[in-house]
Amino acid sequence: MVELKETSACAGLLPVTYGSVTLEEMTVEHMTSLSPLGDASGLSDALDNAHGMALPAPNRSTGKDSARCIWFGRDEALLIGPAPDDALRKLGAVVDQSDAWAVVRLQGLGAVDVLARLVPVDLRDGAFKQGHTARTQLGHMHASITKLEPDQFMIMVFRSMAGTLVHDLKQAMAGVATRG
Amino acid sequence: MRIAGKGLVDRNRRVRFSFDGISYDGFAGDTVASALLANGVTLMGRSFKYHRPRGVLSAGSEEPNALITVGKGAGAEPNVRATQAEIYDGLVAKSQNAWPSLDFDVMAVNDLAAPFLGAGFYYKTFMWPKKFWEAIYEPVIRKAAGLGALSGKANEDAYEKAFAFCDLLVIGAGPAGLMAALVAGRAGADVILADEDCLMGGRLNAESGAVGHQSGAGWAASVVAELAAMENVRLMSRTTVAGAYDGRMYGALERVNQHTSRRSGGAPLECFWRIAAKHSILAAGAIERPVAFQNNDRPGIMTAGAVRAYLNRWGVSPGKRVAVFGNNDDAHRTARDLVKAGVHVVALIDSRAGAVIEGFDGQVFKGAQVCNSGGRKALESITVRVASGEEEALQVDCLAMSGGWNPSVHLTCHMNGRPTWREDLQAFVPTEGAVPDMTVAGACNGVFSTAGCLADGVAAGKAALKALGKWAVEVDVLAAEDAAYRMEPLWAVAGKGRAWLDFQNDVSVKDIKQAAVENFMSVEHMKRYTTQGMATDQGKSSNVAALAILADATGRGIPETGTTTFRPPYVPVAIAAMGAGGQGHGFAPERLTTSHKRSVEMGAPMIEAGLWYRPSYFPKAGEATWRESCDREVGYVRKSVGVCDVSTLGKIDIQGPDAAKLLDFVYTNMFSTLKVGRVRYGLMLREDGHVMDDGTCARLDEQHYVMTTTTAAAGNVMRHLEFVTQCLHPEWQVAFTSVTEQWAQFAIAGPKARELLNGLLDKAIDGESWPFMACGAVSIGGVQGRLFRISFSGEHAYELAVPARYGVALFDALVTRAEALGGGPYGMEALNVLRIEKGFITHAEIEGRATAFDIGMERMISTKKDCVGKVMAARKGLVNQERPQLVGFKPVDADAELSGGAHLFERGADAVRVNHQGHISSVAYSPALERMIGLGFLSRGPERMGEVVRMVDHMRGLDTEVEVCNPVFLDPEGERVRG
Amino acid sequence: MLARPDLDAGVAVWDDYLHLRDNPAGETQDLWQHEAGCGAWLVVTRDTVSHEISGVKLAADVKRTMGAVS
Repeated sequence: MVELKETSACAGLLPVTYGSVTLEEMTVEHMTSLSPLGDASGLSDALDNAHGMALPAPNRSTGKDSARCIWFGRDEALLIGPAPDDALRKLGAVVDQSDAWAVVRLQGLGAVDVLARLVPVDLRDGAFKQGHTARTQLGHMHASITKLEPDQFMIMVFRSMAGTLVHDLKQAMAGVATRG
Repeated sequence: MRIAGKGLVDRNRRVRFSFDGISYDGFAGDTVASALLANGVTLMGRSFKYHRPRGVLSAGSEEPNALITVGKGAGAEPNVRATQAEIYDGLVAKSQNAWPSLDFDVMAVNDLAAPFLGAGFYYKTFMWPKKFWEAIYEPVIRKAAGLGALSGKANEDAYEKAFAFCDLLVIGAGPAGLMAALVAGRAGADVILADEDCLMGGRLNAESGAVGHQSGAGWAASVVAELAAMENVRLMSRTTVAGAYDGRMYGALERVNQHTSRRSGGAPLECFWRIAAKHSILAAGAIERPVAFQNNDRPGIMTAGAVRAYLNRWGVSPGKRVAVFGNNDDAHRTARDLVKAGVHVVALIDSRAGAVIEGFDGQVFKGAQVCNSGGRKALESITVRVASGEEEALQVDCLAMSGGWNPSVHLTCHMNGRPTWREDLQAFVPTEGAVPDMTVAGACNGVFSTAGCLADGVAAGKAALKALGKWAVEVDVLAAEDAAYRMEPLWAVAGKGRAWLDFQNDVSVKDIKQAAVENFMSVEHMKRYTTQGMATDQGKSSNVAALAILADATGRGIPETGTTTFRPPYVPVAIAAMGAGGQGHGFAPERLTTSHKRSVEMGAPMIEAGLWYRPSYFPKAGEATWRESCDREVGYVRKSVGVCDVSTLGKIDIQGPDAAKLLDFVYTNMFSTLKVGRVRYGLMLREDGHVMDDGTCARLDEQHYVMTTTTAAAGNVMRHLEFVTQCLHPEWQVAFTSVTEQWAQFAIAGPKARELLNGLLDKAIDGESWPFMACGAVSIGGVQGRLFRISFSGEHAYELAVPARYGVALFDALVTRAEALGGGPYGMEALNVLRIEKGFITHAEIEGRATAFDIGMERMISTKKDCVGKVMAARKGLVNQERPQLVGFKPVDADAELSGGAHLFERGADAVRVNHQGHISSVAYSPALERMIGLGFLSRGPERMGEVVRMVDHMRGLDTEVEVCNPVFLDPEGERVRG
Repeated sequence: MLARPDLDAGVAVWDDYLHLRDNPAGETQDLWQHEAGCGAWLVVTRDTVSHEISGVKLAADVKRTMGAVS
């Protein structure tokens, strides 16, 4: 019987640090796309019963740390952490996305300035608070950006673009670091 | 010369720089212009056309004369304004447009040819003989005129782009801007205050007047300090707001490291900002007008406000014997400041007979004009024409001239606005509402006194806060000079010789008048005919005067004559800044498959397929050409087994009670009838009846499908599905999401494909459990995967998918086993040969103009249901037999070359457009047929099997005969795929 | 764009649906998609002269209020 080894999306590329900002890969066991088929409140209740959080409103997230649900687009949320409970499949489309995304954590004083070089959305503390999430662009890539803590962001792009993600972030981090 | 005790430069920090190879000393805070003047250097450039010796005219970014090249090697940057270039140790600067030297410029001979080089000269002179224009005149003239030159080397500097957001963007940090920022900052608004200078304060740093009990510069510094301490205020100095755009967006160029030698470690030279501001205040100040008179461009002649700036801010007097000439009271300040600093003012010349001159005891001429200047490469004398008409020469080495002030309206014109003429100011001011949510304040709104600007800034700040829904806090307005703006227009002094208007493009009063005589009466025509206002300064110092002269020459008032408009950017912006991040790997995202690294290690050249990279072929030692590798790989698939990464094809997961409805609607054929566990080929049309994409769609469960698309069309198809389900059928219960990235997928193709798989899968398969077009879940070493028995090669084949984290491991396992069976990996070249041999189409065939009829698939459009494109596909013109239709081609001569894109003609017909009957869309060398083969489109093709036609590739020079044949060259019954 | 004609509406109606648009100097409605964001199709009301955007609605909502679907 063959044994297939796992390789992560950012293998060999991270972590890196420039000045006070660090970038590292986030290992997440499961990521699942959830889309209601029919009444969304049914799916939300099932999600709450099974995983302890409701479906998030647009640009928001529910849950925390090991089990989080982030708004991911029109009628779509991403469950991050736990394997999806079977009860969810009766109320919506449940699609495995665990391998589809490169997921990184950017943190440190100046993280907002780094992202200002790549993201056309207002990510300042007053506008983008803890738990807020956005589907937007990072450079030329479609991305999902979530504020986990002050000065800490979870950034996701298509797995195939992991190299470009790291390249663009490193360039921005270097530029910001030289401004002192 | 440097004046002791004056200026804001740091006399404790000496800076050494060079200009045209000579070293000079300056102080921290000097610009190249101020430091050169301090060292007695007034000759700084040669003019564009006539190579006239020029010195600095101004002290700001509007400078038209002193354009220099800063830096050396790849970092040399041309056309830098010496008035903005801050000096640092080791800065290397060079003059431009002079040979062999600035001092002795051979091309100055152009000035003698001036009569032949006037406005529109290229329509009137240098026209005979005709051939000489292209070969001789134009190249010589082009070489003789110019600004700076690019280094010709790849730019190594780093640049940045960034986004910023705020409630209020204040553009300009002079008295009006500072007060506006203070009002808004204290009220708690999010403020960005941007100024193009390195030192905030605007004209306050150039004038000697007080604000409250501090000097103007001192007061500005104290306000900046208070603003800097506010969390909600962001100060951006060295930042020129260069453009106003739709959606309350502003473009700004920040000169991050231009004033230092720092280039390493990713330090950006410049940053191009896109700022989203709910409201903005334009407090951009005003630019002084020169006066046009004969020889008004000699080095040493500058604007009166610039002389004050050099004196008060940089502690430099540009001359030892200075004269002041103007049409307004403001110019008098220059005379007073110079005298106070101990500089000899030879005369104050005011063109107004009734001028009131206070605080100046020197020689005064009223109702008089300067009508000429003398000197070789520097000013030595001026000629004053008094009221009676008599002329008197004065020995002068610096002339401060002032024709009044032009409010800087530029940004208010960026969104198609035109400014409003103010008769009392003899100048244009911004038109209300020209830029949505922009308030204008201070000198750029026609308020010229310091007190007026302070008050206007407060008013603007309050207006902005009101628009933002915030409460204003009271702010003290300190006392400052409040002189009225008294001025009488003087656009040009009468005289015989050339009086310069546009210094940068060498356009004179004569040129404007000539344009009028030749009937170029519209200001837009005058501009293009004379090139006035078309240089990199966009005519900042000449537009209004030129307009006035045109108005006068055509017997109209200035408002009726109109004004040209301004377009972003306000100052030249390097493309490197706007395109920051877009060089090298940053040009576009690179999409890499899980087998990418391994393919590169195996020596495969990678080609671009959209943003994806795919292996072209996998060379083996001893192979001399790509063809050898390709032929071998084709052999793997035809004879044993080949492995190919097909992860790049789009994969869309579709679920829900109405999933089948969606598929029946977007595909021409039926999918609601597809059994669970089966795959079907589908054709998708655009609503205009042309083919959008083709692919396969698998049914994994009652309400669960996975659709594939071609690599190229994945994004398009996704967008199409979103359009259908949101805009046409929002009532359908269906959800879909891309899983292209979730699954790493590999084709396993060839007679030994099943044998390979059964050595890998946890549970073996056979022809009954897994017939052609079957699909389902499988397990590989406990890993859950999906298996599809589909073929793009015409051989017995499968596609095996695993979650992407296992992709490279699976690729390794497949390649090892394939090699053990006499096969191996195959790339894009072989993939293409295989599919062409079987007549399978790609976007080379369905390139946007092809219909289902053209590719022989019109019967795939089900008659039983509606689908996208159904009605329009049935239009007569799209089902006409004369249309080129898909067929195969074989060269008559076995060794002949076929080429994609070649055109088809009847044998014996001329290879011209009128006889065109089709084209070749795809070609390949077929190892099986031992010759090249092709697919293509030929008018009435299916009826012409066996006919020989003529293939002509005009571009590559190929002309060969080809036989029309079945596009399926091998195994036309399709037996091998079902084995 | 939201009012897809019936199958039997005739080629002229289909031609109009696909190819013909008014081109006013003033207010017009466009279909936009927030492709790099949430994926929503939007009906945007904008002024072709000033570029000001005066209204945005989800296309799905607009379609639903249009009543019976084809």
